[in-house]
Amino acid sequence: MAEALLQVKNLRKYFPIRGGLLSREIGRVHAVDDVSFAIQRGETLGLVGESGCGKSTTGRTILRLIEPTSGEVWFEDKNVTALDKRALRQTRKEMQIIFQDPYASLNPRMTVRSIIGEALIIHKLVRGRRQRDDRVVQLLETVGLSPDHLRRYPHEFSGGQRQRIGIARALAVNPKLIIADEPVSALDVSIQAQIINLLEDLQQQFGLTYLFIAHDLSVVEHISTRVAVMYLGKIVEIAPAKELYTSPKHPYTEALLSAVPIPDPATKRKRILLEGDVPSPINPPSGCRFHTRCPIRVPSCSENEQVLKEVSPGHWVACQVRS
Amino acid sequence: MPERLLEVKNLTTHFVTDEGVVRAVDGIDFHIDTGETLGVVGESGCGKSVTALSIMRLIPQPPGRIVRGQIHYQGRNLLDLTPSQMRKIRGKEISMIFQEPMTSLNPVFTVGEQIAEALRLHEGLGRRDAMDKAVEMLRLVHIPNAERRVREYPHQLSGGMRQRVMIAMALSCSPNLLIADEPTTALDVTIQAQILELLNELKAKLGMAVMLITHDMGVIAETAQRVVVMYAAQVVEEASVEDLFKEPLHPYTQGLLRSIPRIDLAATRRQRLQAIPGTVPTLRGDVKAGCRFAPRCELARPAHFENDPVLKEVRPGHKVACFLY
Repeated sequence: MAEALLQVKNLRKYFPIRGGLLSREIGRVHAVDDVSFAIQRGETLGLVGESGCGKSTTGRTILRLIEPTSGEVWFEDKNVTALDKRALRQTRKEMQIIFQDPYASLNPRMTVRSIIGEALIIHKLVRGRRQRDDRVVQLLETVGLSPDHLRRYPHEFSGGQRQRIGIARALAVNPKLIIADEPVSALDVSIQAQIINLLEDLQQQFGLTYLFIAHDLSVVEHISTRVAVMYLGKIVEIAPAKELYTSPKHPYTEALLSAVPIPDPATKRKRILLEGDVPSPINPPSGCRFHTRCPIRVPSCSENEQVLKEVSPGHWVACQVRS
Repeated sequence: MPERLLEVKNLTTHFVTDEGVVRAVDGIDFHIDTGETLGVVGESGCGKSVTALSIMRLIPQPPGRIVRGQIHYQGRNLLDLTPSQMRKIRGKEISMIFQEPMTSLNPVFTVGEQIAEALRLHEGLGRRDAMDKAVEMLRLVHIPNAERRVREYPHQLSGGMRQRVMIAMALSCSPNLLIADEPTTALDVTIQAQILELLNELKAKLGMAVMLITHDMGVIAETAQRVVVMYAAQVVEEASVEDLFKEPLHPYTQGLLRSIPRIDLAATRRQRLQAIPGTVPTLRGDVKAGCRFAPRCELARPAHFENDPVLKEVRPGHKVACFLY
């Protein structure tokens, strides 16, 4: 395989649940449970799934914003999971993140200048205030904001504008990889389109690679080269975007796609309705995690853990019935 | 002409704040017929939620005030009713479900008690009977193990279940009109599909009309029969769902439809989304005359900034508020 920019190998993150008098660990949330994938330079890998599937935790664990329980993350030729603090800080220039909540992800007590300029100073990418301001203005213009916004505080901006500030902040250090964690979910439809277009333009302009995490399948399909579907901490399917949407193989992916409302009243579709709710990641079902809600399950599905198998070039599915 | 179930005329609701008067709803007209689903679509701040709360007379006064207009329900103007008369309507004739089921349910009462409350108030049922009916309602909304779950608290249920409980509460007295304010926005897409399916099933069973408020054009396409599009506190377009999608007339509606990524249209993949430039106007203080969408409209001409467009019928059953017609 040509060298991938990012390689995730058997990543696991379990959160302990403590209880009892001595706060012993009485259980664990299997948030990310043996996830592996690679992202090639310049591509956009979409990571989709519903709440609690582990996609955001995956993103944060890759950057070591949350420390993984086990597994490895390789960025270019470096093992990110093994880096010491100083080396990690250096590597963080190359891997940045944009968060979902434009209201919570900006420090309300910092001006735009400080928010975007902070990393420039920490990483010594500029010398002195003048240089920093010049660079911040350049970044503001790149994301479609104006230089007068330097002195303002986050609360003076709309959601879409704040998201642009977050994007400028991520771009400040010239990263190669940007993890976008639900970057448009909190925005109105017409602003979503503006931000999606901006992200695509920036990708072209700066040769960026994206890990695009979202639950909105239409948005992910639009922007991604390849898409991975997660369910209860595991990847159940991964394929080129167009192929995932035209010929999904995993029954969960099929159900997910059929649930997306289509803005066309003339479309008549057969909707696959899954029974019940997503099981708890504290006590995931045995064998295939999806078997409790799966319309095509067979008895052995509750015994055998599913492994991703390649069913057509680049298209991997974790389902014994379908592979 | 048969009497309309709900007829809203010139509804205007303002909020007085320290920074000026916010004109949240500014002179809107629309109607809902018995048994139909009216979709109300628009982005944040367009006034759709305030419209719903105004109909239910749940606007806190102060700082809110219904300044003008009439809301006719089965011929009676709800704005003329006394509080106790309105209480007989709320929950019994017209019911509402909200976006965030966790914050809309009372955390210190069991779900059974919350469903039973409306039954005891409106139908005069005793405690035991009301609880039995509550269990029935939970079954109606397909909650498994209803007899057990009826004694549980909201925090013990998932988001989808809580929404079902809210639907059970709203439907317990068989209302004629259900107002659903973004009922599935906070839910996962597979749960959303279940809830929308449930609403359709119950609507057919109970012969009820639904006012479905959402910003999701996909949900509108799949659930509504007629649609009202709101922008900046006004109605800008009204049409049947087929006509709206086949021939959207207002530039804002056209812009909205062009800016959504489409999973079903392979051809548009990798083509740039056509975003609407600019942002929604804030409606605080003095609002200038002129079409409110003009600043963002590529077809706007100088005259459009001077006068207010009026909502008028330009095709059979299709109204639009735009100078281009």
